[in-house]
Formats: sequence, C-alpha cells, structure tokens
Amino acid sequence: MTKEQIKTAIIEQILEIAPDINEADIIPDKNIQRSLEIDSFDFLKILTALNEVLGVEVPEADYAKVDTLEHMMEYFMQRMES
Amino acid sequence: MSQFVMPSLGADMESAVLMEWHVKEGDHVTKGQVIAEVETSKGVIEIEVFEEGIVEKILVEPETECTVGTTLAIIRTEGEQEGKIETVISPAPSDIPTEEATDDERIKASPAARRRAKEMGIDLFSLAAQGEAVHLSQVESAEPIISEPSVPQMGGMRQAIAKAMSRSNAEIPHYYLSASINMTPALHWLEELNTKRSIKERLLPAALLIRAITKALEEVPELNGFWKDDAPQISEDINPGIAIALRKGGLITPALLDAGKMNLDQTMQALDDLITRTRSGKLRNTEITQQTITITNLGDLGVESVYGVIYPPQVAIVGLGRIMDTPWAEGDALCVRKVMQATLAGDHRATDGRIGAKFLEKLNDLLQHPEELL
Repeated sequence: MTKEQIKTAIIEQILEIAPDINEADIIPDKNIQRSLEIDSFDFLKILTALNEVLGVEVPEADYAKVDTLEHMMEYFMQRMES
Repeated sequence: MSQFVMPSLGADMESAVLMEWHVKEGDHVTKGQVIAEVETSKGVIEIEVFEEGIVEKILVEPETECTVGTTLAIIRTEGEQEGKIETVISPAPSDIPTEEATDDERIKASPAARRRAKEMGIDLFSLAAQGEAVHLSQVESAEPIISEPSVPQMGGMRQAIAKAMSRSNAEIPHYYLSASINMTPALHWLEELNTKRSIKERLLPAALLIRAITKALEEVPELNGFWKDDAPQISEDINPGIAIALRKGGLITPALLDAGKMNLDQTMQALDDLITRTRSGKLRNTEITQQTITITNLGDLGVESVYGVIYPPQVAIVGLGRIMDTPWAEGDALCVRKVMQATLAGDHRATDGRIGAKFLEKLNDLLQHPEELL
C-alpha cells in the first residue's frame, strides 16, 4: 500500500467515526484529538477500525507516535512494510 | 386497553414529532420494547412501551407533531385478549381520540418543511388546511409573519439547558468539595491489563472512573437520587447521567442505565454504546429521563477541575478534571504522580458536606485499589 492510500484510509475512518468533521479540517501536522475534538472513545474507535483495514494494531504505549495524521501515516507505513 | 401517549422527555418539552413506528396494528409488543421514534430538541429518541399487549390501533401518522400526552396508539393488554375478544377489543368510538378531534394539536408536515418554516418564521398552523399535510413548497411560498429578518433562533437544546440550569441556580443551594486523587496506580493497572488485551477489548480510564463512582455511590447512596416534595429520595438504581458533548455544539447527559450492576467490561461496552448513540441521535426515552446523578468529565478539554451545576431534581454532580503530572508527597519524598481533581457539587437541602466528603474519600480509596473494580 502506498503512503497516499494509507492517508486515504486514515481520513476515511476519521470521517466515518466523526461524520460531522470536514475533511478540510484535518491538518496533517496538527494533533488529531485536540484539533478535531476527538475524545478518547472516538480515538480508540478510529484505531480499532484502522486495525481492521490495515492490519496493524497500535499499542497504548505508541499513542504518542500516532498523534497527528502525518505521524500516523509514517507509523502505519513502517509497520506494514515489515 | 391502555393508551400509548407522547411521553414527556424533560420538563421543558411541550411537543415532539412522531417520526416512525416500529410496529403495526396487530403486532405483539413486550414491556420495554421500542415501538416508535420521535424527534425532539435532544435528537431522535426511541420510545419504549411499558406493558405487554397487542397494538390495537395506531392513531397518529409518521411525521406528525404531537403535544405531550397525546394518545399515539391503543395497546390491548394480554388479559383483555382472552375470552370475549369481540366485545372487549373494539372500544366505543368515543373512547378513542380521533384524528378530527385533535386536529389542533397535530400538524402534518415533512421535517424539511418544518425546518424551513422555523427558519422563515412561518406558523405551520396557518398553512395546515383541513388535515392536509404541509409541503415544503407551501412553506417556501408563504409570507413570513415577521417581515424584518429575525434574530437567529436559539436551538431547542440551548433553551432546554438554559431552563434547567436557571432553575438549578435559583432553587438548589449548592455546596462544593474537591479532592486530589493519585491516579498513577489505577492507570498503571489499566495499562498492564490493556497490553494483554486486543484493541477491541481495551478499556479506557473513563470507564474505570465511572465504575469507581457507582461503587462509591453504593456506600454513600444519599447522593444518588432526587429532591422531590421538600424531601430527599434515594434511588435504588444507579443511573448516572454522563455529560457527552456533541461536536456540533450542545451537550446531552443520557443515563447509563443500571450502571450499579455492571462490572468494568460491561461499563466500558455500555458507555461506548451510549456515546455512539448519543452522537448519532438514537437514545431511548428512559435514557434521557431516568438519571439519578450526573458525571461530567471535562478532562478531554484540559481543565484541572470542574464545579458543576446540579441538574434538578438530582442532588449531586461529580466533576472529573484532567489527569496531570503533578508534584506529590509520599512519606518524606516528593515525587511526580498522575493526579486528578475530583469535585462534588451537592444539594445542601438533601445532604451535608460530611456525606460529600465521605463519597470523595471512598472514590479515592477505590481508585487506589483498581483491581477491586474489575
């Protein structure tokens, strides 16, 4: 999967779980939870959905590595290559 | 024979729109079954029936606005069914309110027409002729009653909150208490538990906190209940109202029904389900009317502590602040711990500060031994 495809998958899941968010509001280097007002429940749901789509499970200890869209893309990219 | 009426879904509600029936005439219904959906300022609410029986007659068509107390359907209870069916079932025509008799309290209009009418300041009554449904085109071609541009209407939800909070501030003598709780042991325990679980079974601190609060309430039941008729009433069920913010603005505090009987996993599942349904506008009538205490967790917004306003007729609201790295004294040593401010606002008519203090102390105790909360 290319980086672009991963990005699309992430955005798709964010919009699926928080349908009232506009795609344009998802800024690549902004903290996802804070900038989009996504609480811990929705964040966990997004990661659960991405686990199903991409097959990568993010442990709680790695939450700091998936705080922005950009970081999330890199994180999944690395894990999917290996 | 019993009447299934438009329920009151809050003291401020005067009417709601019946959106959809989940049953048809002749269907068998059981106690607690969702049989209809209505649209209110709190979103679409599923309405349960409170007895077992057969749907004898449906009196109101979907998309009809009805005042509270309007009969929506007739339910024939089981006992009546046996034996003399013919004589008992069909009630005298005068027993059933007919469409014509109550035309003034029901106007048929599509949701789009309703919304547009509200925006334009048009009275739907003026367009509803002889029981005909009002269409969007009619609304759009109608003359607004107010000729100058109207002030943007306050949403129904904002008004409902305004009413309840004004009443609270006018009637309830609040007292406030707060306690710093060391959350490090609980968070450690939770983290460890989660590493052994798949992502689907992961538990969030919010579930653990709610579980701890309901357990503390079992020991201090005075805070779980109401102030009614100048007297405190303790509720046997523990149905905490969970403050859930809607992203588009507004706040709903639906009840996590019977949370007192749930273990930690059940609390997490129920909470997850409740948040999802609140945000998608699919709550049940019992969930928006049966709260016995409120829990507000502004932690996600990053404030340290929250001093809540009690939702009448409840007698307490628990506030949970953000969990923060804080200097903490343990014995002779100064260290850094994850600390949360837990606050309690209590109705001083119903309880004294001593009871509130006992509750916060119990809550703190429980969170130091999280394994007991499983």
